Amino acid sequence: MAFESLTERLNKAFKNISGQGKLTEKNMDDMLREVRLALLEADVNYKIVKDFLVKVKDKAVGQEVYTSLNPSQMVVKIVHDELVALLGEKEATLNFKESGMTVVMMVGLQGTGKTTSVGKITSLLKRKYNKHPMLIAADVIRPAAIEQLQTLGKEVGAEVFSLGTETDAVETVRQGLAHAKETGADIVLIDTAGRLHIDEALMEELAKIKEIAKPDDILLTVDAMTGQDIINVAQAFHEKLDVTGLVVTKLDGDSRGGGVLSVRSITQVPVKFIGLGEKMEDLDVFYPDRMADRILGMGDIMTLVEQA
Amino acid sequence: NKTSDTMGKKLNKMAFGFNGVTEDFLEELMIVLLESDVGIQTAEKICDQLKTTVDQYRYVTFKDVMAFLMEIMQNIYLESTDAPIVMNENGPTVILMVGVNGSGKTTTCAKLTKLYQSQGKKVGVVAADTFRAGAIEQLARWADKLGVPCIKGRENGDPSSVLVDGCRYAKEHNLDILLCDTAGRLQNKVNLMNELAKMRKVIGREIEGAPHHVWLVLDSTTGQNGLSQAKIFQEVTDVTGIILTKMDGTAKGGIVLAIKDVLHIPVYYLGLGEREDDLKPFDLDLYLYSISEGIRDVG
Ligand SMILES: Nc1nc2c(ncn2[C@@H]2O[C@H](COP(=O)(O)OP(=O)(O)OP(=O)(O)O)[C@@H](O)[C@H]2O)c(=O)[nH]1
Ligand SMILES: Nc1nc2c(ncn2[C@@H]2O[C@H](COP(=O)(O)OP(=O)(O)OP(=O)(O)O)[C@@H](O)[C@H]2O)c(=O)[nH]1
Ligand SMILES: [Mg+2]
Ligand SMILES: [Mg+2]
Repeated sequence: MAFESLTERLNKAFKNISGQGKLTEKNMDDMLREVRLALLEADVNYKIVKDFLVKVKDKAVGQEVYTSLNPSQMVVKIVHDELVALLGEKEATLNFKESGMTVVMMVGLQGTGKTTSVGKITSLLKRKYNKHPMLIAADVIRPAAIEQLQTLGKEVGAEVFSLGTETDAVETVRQGLAHAKETGADIVLIDTAGRLHIDEALMEELAKIKEIAKPDDILLTVDAMTGQDIINVAQAFHEKLDVTGLVVTKLDGDSRGGGVLSVRSITQVPVKFIGLGEKMEDLDVFYPDRMADRILGMGDIMTLVEQA
Repeated sequence: NKTSDTMGKKLNKMAFGFNGVTEDFLEELMIVLLESDVGIQTAEKICDQLKTTVDQYRYVTFKDVMAFLMEIMQNIYLESTDAPIVMNENGPTVILMVGVNGSGKTTTCAKLTKLYQSQGKKVGVVAADTFRAGAIEQLARWADKLGVPCIKGRENGDPSSVLVDGCRYAKEHNLDILLCDTAGRLQNKVNLMNELAKMRKVIGREIEGAPHHVWLVLDSTTGQNGLSQAKIFQEVTDVTGIILTKMDGTAKGGIVLAIKDVLHIPVYYLGLGEREDDLKPFDLDLYLYSISEGIRDVG
């Protein structure tokens, strides 16, 4: 599906009202309707879109249009800047402990990319931070989840602690942490099983793991392809666990990724990493401006506006 | 059915102070549809049709409007007829499972194995995801648990050659059904999509008419990208049906309505959990009813 770029749409919406030098409440509404559609097509949650548009309108109404920008470009710029602001800071890192062992816990819905991300982050910690990570295989539900983590651990060169599928996740974490201390690991990553946010028993399991592991970071993985429901998911995970960061996965796809905006709005925690593929090196930091472009379905148009 | 709670409540709220199909009403309806990931194009189509329908009457109750709405959605789905799942009479029926990463392909292979076993069929599975860490092991575990053969290849080996082995095994052992698990791939990865096209071709050389079915496994939490998934997978592998997974969550899977509307791909099964029994045939009325549930009570 080719998406019409927002600028084209805004130009269309503005055709009838061009010639006016100012963004007025009246001519704004037509344009905001287009912005709304663009955001919804990008999977930004409806509620988030609504609040967002109120903000954009406040910013825009009454603004003089720069001579080199037509009103639709002006709106695009405001929308874009506002999106960047909402998407948050760039290059947020892990909450490393000053001294002692840092603990990171990975949580999220099934199949979003937790285990793969644990492997990728481990690889990064070794390559860039010279750390000695240890991994705990606390997914005893999904068949061969432990083997998956073991394979990745081997690939990136980190020990994987597991007690098999007979021991429950909480006990595995308890013993894993003790083992990590003994072996002198300076950072521990806990891979947990995927679960639905409405699964009370499994959500409670996460709370228990949190209690004994006292993680410095609880990272929620968010699949870039998710739609409107992500708002419910993020809310439930955040309420239960107070997540501290996000990992947005599968951004190597062609999804617009508007769900990221929804999750950011709900949790207010930074996106710490993005996943750009299945391989262990396919991890990057987050660039809010690129993400904003992507959500709006824009490439070069923005650079034109920036130059103006 | 919890999948419909929010939508039901929403529409429920709309029933109070119902004042005909006004602009406000349509706007609300639009939100409800968008929130279930139906997408703008299909949501607008539904709203337009509702307006046209209602305009033919002088007076409509809320109940009437809801009945129209259900009918419209039903018609959109039924506009193109769904081919029934036909099995190969002259040998093994080969089913290829495709989809993006983590959508539920491997688990669905297990669920389908269980289903066909319960129908007295001889089933085998092929672990043609040679790429993802632990993928072969994952399917092998399921096969063990369900007591069916799992044809495996080397890790990082050529998935097509595993499929050839699988097809030959199926013929030699007179299997009724051969379920082929493939690696997850994002639809914009040209090389990976070509690999899938090759797999398709290779299977066809081993067993006539194979693959007899290509099922796209789609995660119900997927947003508008689902349309792009369906479109490109269909182009490359002639997808014959969709299996909508993770419907035990709160996502409504509205994107399949858009997919049916635009690409006419039917939905055959719903995934409702992580266990082998958590599969149900897709039932349009139930699906739409779950959307409309809560509204009917108001009437
Ligand atoms: N293309 C792409 N695939 C990814 C990315 N991250 C993870 N994956 C793939 O997504 C699928 C699921 O990843 P996992 O790491 O197993 O996900 P999970 O959250 O651990 O899954 P469960 O443990 O079953 O809940 C696998 O096929 C991964 O290779 C990414 O950034 N890009
Ligand atoms: N709640 C729920 N979870 C499911 C369902 N189907 C699959 N899952 C879970 O989703 C995760 C991914 O499932 P897989 O079967 O491994 O997905 P896949 O498509 O084979 O993944 P890749 O091979 O990595 O692309 C696992 O944790 C499954 O248990 C479902 O219907 N409901
Ligand atoms: Mg995992
Ligand atoms: Mg798989």
